[in-house]
Amino acid sequence: MSSTHPHITPLKVYFLVFATLIAGTWLTYFVAYKDFGWLNTPVAMAIAIVKAGVVVLYFMHVKWQSRLTMMFAAGGFIWLFTLFAFTLQDYFTRSWMPLYQ
Amino acid sequence: MSSTVATPAAEPRTNYLNVDYGWKSWVFSTDHKRIAVMYLITIAFMILVGGSFAILVRLELATPAGDMLQSETYNKIFTMHGVVMVFFFLIPGVPAVLGNFLVPIMIGAKDLAFPKVNLLSYYIFLVGILLTLLAAAMGGIDTGWTFYTPYSSTYSNGQVALAAVAVFITGFSSILTGLNFVVTIHKMRAPGMTWFRLPLFIWAHYATSLIILLSTPVVAITIVLVALERLFHVGVFDPTYGGDPVLFQHMFWFYSHPAVYIMILPAMGVISELISAFSKKRVFGYPVVAFSSLAIAVIGFFVWGHHMFVTGQSTYAGVVFSVITMLVAVPSAIKVFNWVSTMYKGDIWMTTPMCFAIAFIGLFTVGGLTGIFLGTMGLDIHMHDTYFVVAHFHYVMVGGMVTAFWGGLHFWWPKMFGRMYPENMGRVSAAIIFIGFNMTFFPQFILGYMGMPRRYHFYPEEWQVLNVLSTAGATLLGLGYLLPMVYLPWSLKFGKVAGKNPWAAKGLEWETDSPPTTFNFDKVPVVTEEAYAYPEGARHQPEAKVV
Amino acid sequence: MSSVDATGLAHHFEDLEQQREAATLGMWAFLVTEIMFFGGLFGAYVVYRTMYPQAWDNASNQLDVLLGAVNTTVLIVSSLTMALAVRCAAKGNNRQVAGFTFLTLLLGFVFLGVKVIEYKHKWDHHLMPGPNFQLDGVVGGHEQIFFALYFAMTGMHAFHMIIGAGLMLWVILKALRNDYTPQNHTHVEMIGLYWHFVDIVWIFLFPLLYLLGKHGHAIGAVVTGGH
Ligand code: HEM
Ligand SMILES: [Cu+2]
Repeated sequence: MSSTHPHITPLKVYFLVFATLIAGTWLTYFVAYKDFGWLNTPVAMAIAIVKAGVVVLYFMHVKWQSRLTMMFAAGGFIWLFTLFAFTLQDYFTRSWMPLYQ
Repeated sequence: MSSTVATPAAEPRTNYLNVDYGWKSWVFSTDHKRIAVMYLITIAFMILVGGSFAILVRLELATPAGDMLQSETYNKIFTMHGVVMVFFFLIPGVPAVLGNFLVPIMIGAKDLAFPKVNLLSYYIFLVGILLTLLAAAMGGIDTGWTFYTPYSSTYSNGQVALAAVAVFITGFSSILTGLNFVVTIHKMRAPGMTWFRLPLFIWAHYATSLIILLSTPVVAITIVLVALERLFHVGVFDPTYGGDPVLFQHMFWFYSHPAVYIMILPAMGVISELISAFSKKRVFGYPVVAFSSLAIAVIGFFVWGHHMFVTGQSTYAGVVFSVITMLVAVPSAIKVFNWVSTMYKGDIWMTTPMCFAIAFIGLFTVGGLTGIFLGTMGLDIHMHDTYFVVAHFHYVMVGGMVTAFWGGLHFWWPKMFGRMYPENMGRVSAAIIFIGFNMTFFPQFILGYMGMPRRYHFYPEEWQVLNVLSTAGATLLGLGYLLPMVYLPWSLKFGKVAGKNPWAAKGLEWETDSPPTTFNFDKVPVVTEEAYAYPEGARHQPEAKVV
Repeated sequence: MSSVDATGLAHHFEDLEQQREAATLGMWAFLVTEIMFFGGLFGAYVVYRTMYPQAWDNASNQLDVLLGAVNTTVLIVSSLTMALAVRCAAKGNNRQVAGFTFLTLLLGFVFLGVKVIEYKHKWDHHLMPGPNFQLDGVVGGHEQIFFALYFAMTGMHAFHMIIGAGLMLWVILKALRNDYTPQNHTHVEMIGLYWHFVDIVWIFLFPLLYLLGKHGHAIGAVVTGGH
């Protein structure tokens, strides 16, 4: 990680990542035409998360960064999840009380 | 980071203020201390602007009839009061002035990690101010500082879009400051300055910065949506198209509840410093106080629904938010207990800053406890949108943050400008502020509990006595605030020269010159002891106490 | 005042390593704010999709999947060229930095061009949210909210790409001046992070906006819990 010896990722890694991303894109595309019922969005999101994951780890070098940077990178996504969770707990439970129907 | 690069010893009398003259050396300066001073001047101006609006509100409320201002004008006045105070004083107040000045010095750094970004954040702040004032001049806004939809997005006649842009821009100034602090505190600490040797002021600013980074962008994008809705009628918050106005409130309070901790956490950091310095004791339970800042930052994110008990939010969600609200009060209470325990058996020196600090503890406690009332879902159905809420948040924001701001400013004034202010004047103004404040806002608890709604300018006759009391208190309070605005500038020229450490306090900032040199220290300091390392049973110098 | 020495070390840092670590952390902190910024839009998306799954599928079917997929590919290639530009900078090869960055810039423009075509199509078909919005002859359906978010999300994304394009020009300029060395190329590294982030946003936007109603019958998914 030292700046005097910059990390140089082997080209092979970059091309593997690239191939994964392209494959992922077309996979989402084809999968979208299949019906998995309630799993449709989870499948699409799973593919997107894998794609985003390899970008973060390899293109953005987080794999070779300090733990602190990793924590920040992960923290953003975790916090986003809390925004969703606590907002949705309202929307999902509005029908629980007869008052609101 | 271990090498001690020796900068050649500076001329004894050179400091950040006299190193350079001329307006250019200020407006292009990337020195964190000069930027802090520019913020101080700008914010002082905004206090006067926001304060004038407050005077108008209180004058109007002196009589039950709506006789001085039209209803619409009244709405615009209280909105401008809220917007100016919240976004241009309460949020940036402590971090941008005291934080900017002290964070690098307290950790032994030469500057913040990104000095140019720091300057940029100041100018963004300035643009935000100008746009807000422009919006006011072009007809104003009447939505309240909360910009609730669909009123703001569809019905209001004011300059909502322009004000939205202003608040959006100001948000970025705050983000850049927070970002700078986070990186500086992580990466620029002097050798030996471990996390648990950091002053609590730094912990508080670190926690605040995390909140800023995680919450401000959400309100920014929400404001963009409001502006889109208003300009193009796209339907996101408009019920006629199936939009949900309550979603706006979720997104708004996801920022704005944490924002109240953006206001109070740095203030709490200030209080920890003051209490320790003037009790001559290490802060009781230092690690607990440090972690309570982080706990407030984290838990504070999950209580926003307590502002929405009487909206269409589900009752289940209300219960969840209500319970977590009870939890968030715990770390605040821990701080109060620990400050009091710090004072216990300490050698208390009642300087001006200490007077403010003690006032803070009392006022913040009242404010926090009434927050608990409001966080109780059942009670809040009765008290929501009444003067009880107004009194609550003024106790925490004005009694809390503003009092701490004055305390901190008086404490570090000698460091910032090298001069002492007249100590007795300081104590007098602290006393006036304390009395005036309680006179202004305590009656509002009673009024609110009796049912007086906020944001109306007329009320039944039987409430006049309390309202007049409040207006009279506000006059006193205003006087209390004006006093330091006179004697502090006066002291710049006529005050006694302060010397390095007029309070005999611990901390890196007291080891450098007053005012500090441009790079803060002649050589990088090496830290060998914990913060507030006062010896057991330390006393103040007897001659120091007679000021 | 913030003076910089010959190796590119600013006065207030001890060494290049500290300076680079600070920049990296700062950039990531900034990206965290970006995540939350776009996150607000994604949050609104989730809420309304929960409320109106049917309208969401309908509206999504109005988008051109092929153009979306092509654009996704373009963006991924540009991420690769960006990564290669940073790699060359780490080896001090400034000419190649300029070359790869130029390619990245070009691909960015291709993406934006396709976006313009798509927007134009929406405009022609009364799919711009607002008083004139119309879908299958129906005025003011819930599809309008989808399109409001579609434009907000892709618009914000495009806006970030335009800023990115400006940054690319800056990198090219610096590369042509031979500014990057193996010891100090933090500048292009940070801009690379930004560009990859913009790519990541699109990785989520593509399936969430373009691919909803494709599987025959119109049921949203997790968020609706299946109806
Ligand atoms: C000790 C913990 C606290 C609790 C439990 C608490 C609780 C609450 C609750 C439940 C409300 C909503 C009342 C209503 O609208 O019906 C409220 C409003 C408010 N609180 Fe607090 N609060 C606390 C601390 C603070 C602090 C530290 C600040 C600021 C420095 C603050 C500022 C505000 C503001 C500005 C509002 C009103 C917002 C508006 O509607 O305009 N609170 N508080
Ligand atoms: Cu709150």
